[in-house]
Amino acid sequence: MSLTFAPDDRPVLLRGVRVQDDRVRGGQVLLAPEKAVRLDPIGEAILQRVDGSATFGQIIDDLAAAYDAPADQIAGDVQTFLQGLRARVFLGVA
Amino acid sequence: MSTSSSIAPPIAMLAELTHRCPLSCPYCSNPLELQAKDSELGTDAWADVFGQAADLGVLQLHLSGGEPAARPDLVDLTRAAAQAGLYTNLITSAIGLTPRRLDALEAAGLDHIQLSLQGVTAAMADHIGGYRGGYDRKMSIAAEIKARGIPLTLNAVMHRQNLDDLPRTIDMAVELGARRLEIACVQFHGWATLNRGALLPTREQTDATKQIVAKAQTRLRGVLAIDFVPPDYYSDYPKACMGGWGSAGLNILPDGTVLPCHAAESLKHLSFDKVTDRPLREIWYDSAAFNAYRGVDWLPDPCQSCARRDVDFGGCRCQALAIAGDAGATDPVCRKAPGRDRVDALLQAALEAGDSADLVYRVSAPTGTRPA
Repeated sequence: MSLTFAPDDRPVLLRGVRVQDDRVRGGQVLLAPEKAVRLDPIGEAILQRVDGSATFGQIIDDLAAAYDAPADQIAGDVQTFLQGLRARVFLGVA
Repeated sequence: MSTSSSIAPPIAMLAELTHRCPLSCPYCSNPLELQAKDSELGTDAWADVFGQAADLGVLQLHLSGGEPAARPDLVDLTRAAAQAGLYTNLITSAIGLTPRRLDALEAAGLDHIQLSLQGVTAAMADHIGGYRGGYDRKMSIAAEIKARGIPLTLNAVMHRQNLDDLPRTIDMAVELGARRLEIACVQFHGWATLNRGALLPTREQTDATKQIVAKAQTRLRGVLAIDFVPPDYYSDYPKACMGGWGSAGLNILPDGTVLPCHAAESLKHLSFDKVTDRPLREIWYDSAAFNAYRGVDWLPDPCQSCARRDVDFGGCRCQALAIAGDAGATDPVCRKAPGRDRVDALLQAALEAGDSADLVYRVSAPTGTRPA
């Protein structure tokens, strides 16, 4: 299947996948079936905006505004990050 | 010598809530000396352990057994774990689960179910599990899990007798709505060592398996995540057992004994603390057993000077003891290990026994009863 997100797709973490504060190590961690993935600040910023209602395009625009960065560069980074999660079946399209 | 400051907190904990199980799989990962019901920790004691684990940094809790559904308090235990903030994973054969119990587990905050699969037909599955009717009950609960949308991993334990069914196993995982499939080739510890002849795959099966897995991983990207554990006797290098001793995970026996891996009790020269005697934090950071093979300083050569030293950490301590006769030796699976010829001899003997070898089933603790 294609893992690419179109601008109107609404990415969403699947049931059983969640972002949680790591109160012992600090930062945030993505918890999924039998996996724990440590998030860097960029991953945290992206996943904060993944709520099943924001479109991929809106997420890009929001990040571009927040970090004062070119939208096309951000789009590439976010596409790569979210596709990686989609490949592992952590994330889908609402 | 390790110090607390250089030791990372554990990520995952496997809680063997009970060793009781209606199945008697001949490769059971429980120790040969199974614990009886009356030695099991109670509900409150487990809940306390879950809280300690979360405080220590554990993120993932595997509620396992034996068959965890044999515990009447499974729902309460799940709730306690979820309230402690742990990601809760139920590792089950499904025997003992009912639609009502699934509802209660969902309400208690269960995050995920790992369902074991002994075969893709009732004949094979019930032959391996030693429990007639088990397959049909499992399939009926699998449908209930799918209907509820509970995240599901299928754990297919594979070996000589069912490895040829791998393509059907993969299809079945998709049909059951699993998002993840663990293709776990039997590792030879404990009960499985009594069954090398009957269970060790052939080299042809192993080669075919790797190709089938690689193709399925590509074909099913985004549909089914596939984790593959190969039969390590055919490998050139050992598995990084537990990601390194005392590095990422810990295992608790029904009576509260804390182990660095599920088979570690076979290391008779070590003494393992109970969580009822000593805080979990102290056991993780300060106990002699957890520090015995921690890190890489203790490693012998050829590991110490090997480029893979920090990849596989010398492999499995239990296998080193069982086959090379020294828990501090290089895992004899490694082609550089002095003990590799012993693995080759076991492999050869297993292949020669092959199809004519009978299964030796797991038998229950002395006070338990064996399924008919």
